[in-house]
Amino acid sequence: MKGLITVRDLGPDQLRAMIEEASLLRDMLDRHEEPDPALQGRCVANLFFEPSTRTRLSFELAAKRLGAHVLTLNPATSSASKGESLRDTVLTIAAVGADVMVVRHLEDGVPQSVAEWTGLAVVNGGDGTHEHPTQALLDAVTLSRHYEGLEGLRVGVVGDITHSRVAGSLLHVLPRLGMDVTLVAPTNWLPADTPHQTTTDFDAMIPELDVVYLLRVQTERGGRITDSYVGNFQLDEPRLARMRPDAIILHPGPINRGVEIADEVAESSRSLITEQVRNGVPTRMAVLRAVGL
Amino acid sequence: MTVIVIANGSVLTPEGWMQTDVAVSGAVIVEIDQVLENATVIDAAGCLVGPGFVDLHTHLREPGQTWKEDVASGSLSAAAGGFTAVVAMPNTDPPIDSPKVVDLVASRGVEVGLVDVIPSGALTVGRSGHAVSDIAALYRAGVRVFSDDGDSVEDSGLLAEIMSTMAALDGAVVAQHAEVSSLTDDGHMHDGAVSRRLGIGGLAAEAESEIVRRDLDLVRRTGARYHCQHVSAESTVEAIRSAKEEGLPVTAEVTPHHLSFTEEDLLSLDTNFKMYPPLRSESDRNVLLEALREGIIDVVATDHAPHLPSEKDVAFPEAPRGVIGLETAASVVWGALAEPDALFKVLSTSPAGIAGLSDHGQAVKPGNKANLVVFAPEEVWNVTSFQSKSANSPYLGADMTGRVRTTIHDGRVSYQSGEK
Repeated sequence: MKGLITVRDLGPDQLRAMIEEASLLRDMLDRHEEPDPALQGRCVANLFFEPSTRTRLSFELAAKRLGAHVLTLNPATSSASKGESLRDTVLTIAAVGADVMVVRHLEDGVPQSVAEWTGLAVVNGGDGTHEHPTQALLDAVTLSRHYEGLEGLRVGVVGDITHSRVAGSLLHVLPRLGMDVTLVAPTNWLPADTPHQTTTDFDAMIPELDVVYLLRVQTERGGRITDSYVGNFQLDEPRLARMRPDAIILHPGPINRGVEIADEVAESSRSLITEQVRNGVPTRMAVLRAVGL
Repeated sequence: MTVIVIANGSVLTPEGWMQTDVAVSGAVIVEIDQVLENATVIDAAGCLVGPGFVDLHTHLREPGQTWKEDVASGSLSAAAGGFTAVVAMPNTDPPIDSPKVVDLVASRGVEVGLVDVIPSGALTVGRSGHAVSDIAALYRAGVRVFSDDGDSVEDSGLLAEIMSTMAALDGAVVAQHAEVSSLTDDGHMHDGAVSRRLGIGGLAAEAESEIVRRDLDLVRRTGARYHCQHVSAESTVEAIRSAKEEGLPVTAEVTPHHLSFTEEDLLSLDTNFKMYPPLRSESDRNVLLEALREGIIDVVATDHAPHLPSEKDVAFPEAPRGVIGLETAASVVWGALAEPDALFKVLSTSPAGIAGLSDHGQAVKPGNKANLVVFAPEEVWNVTSFQSKSANSPYLGADMTGRVRTTIHDGRVSYQSGEK
């Protein structure tokens, strides 16, 4: 696999194989076993032009666990602030000796531009409102470890869909694994031309769902928190009580407690949010292994 | 005195295409039998010889952004493209919104002396869209093409006032860059399948056609001459078509790149394909080609917009809009229309008429100003480098058929291609 810019390039079989691989790696990590240092001698450059904690840390750890050298670019202290073009910055890092680049940027399309400029394997660490492929993959890993089979699961993706790059990837991954996706959001956050079912009535939808996937309101990308959003879409205790007894809650983080999810609900046993974070490293290991070999 | 003979070419004369020689003495075309010895002979065998090209839409970047281009490099670039006159857009710094800046740009053009540099004038003070510029003073300074290019005049009341003023000025034309800014704030490419796939914000076709429809209503009311810049969308073509059928004094231009490329060319996110208006769908491209053939679109204008690599090599949404076009325009038009009359109509006669340039765009005959181009229709060449200071061309690396061989401006050779 030459890089991972968009999940749209992954077919169902490729997705399943990667999820299975990530799940095996997760088991190994849980048993404190050292995985095969498949990237020994390789260099993974983390180019995070936009702040990130969990994604950056888990890519770093994933690369190290596979035996790779890791360069982490901190754009605030790089030449980016001296007026160097982005292309020159990434070509310099490529020349220093990177084999794989993980790119996060607040603008759409930058991972692809980096791939075009360098010819290197590039993994999209999240670009603008476009995609966040490894988040969608680790969500799929989390679901596949929780359920016997994914076919036919009903997933409600709730909240700021138009501004969410997580949704940008998730909405392609889940259907390819046979899940049935409904978008749940106020009208202004529903994409205009989506192949998915949509509803603005979260309350009517709740008892139907196996998975409630909550999105963070992307205030930094134009999403706005309103009383009516919190009132109609926050997953609070009364709504939790109306969920199916075996239904679960996912959230890509960071969580805005009291906005899309009530504090108590985030801590409930139905929430697999911590599991999602735990699956971050093995999922990114699987991706790096696939692109770095 | 410079004496030039252009020999053995196929010449666009008032009587049509003729196999003949053309003699130039001083700044004018003369009868062939007048020519003295010691003439410089340009072999134009197999070539088309006609009036030099006229670009209604050039960004020379001087004053204010001379690292991208200046009057000297832009004039070289124009001459290399077969142009003998270019209309310089007013979005300079300071903008061309006063006779003083008009004179500055025009006199730089005369100093360089490779092409007639015709300053356009801003419609509003500082191109800010808020207050009418001193249109009468600009007109007295020689300006005929008025535009806020780069931005639309969005305020309808203001535009109505401008049009009423300009309707009374013989030869003055309102050239509009049509864009509803509130519809394009977050957009960087055509709003369509490709923008959705790449997750890049879209620029809706309606951002262009809404302004044009509004403008045409004001033209009907005021009688002002109106020129629609860089038409890109089918809906705009339809608006222009019905205005022309109605008999409104309306003209329109299309850029070479909108005739060549579509949104599909943006899949690689090459910023040399990023401009406003954006490359649209294949169906829009076909409509533009057909409208140009039919004459609904009158001219091809380059929207030559130089930017340096350091400015273009950034995140796609952050890259400045615009591509260069002077040096490839004639080859693109030839590739699209493949017809000698059409080539000179859309690149010379019609744009010269719109800008009121009587020394340009005329069929070749003794007594006329010697602004000429020799075009080799069968020459195949590869686009590798430019006379422009910038190289932000979507044609970089492309093979082209048809090439400007020689350009003569004001009786002097302003460009001669290196190879035969």
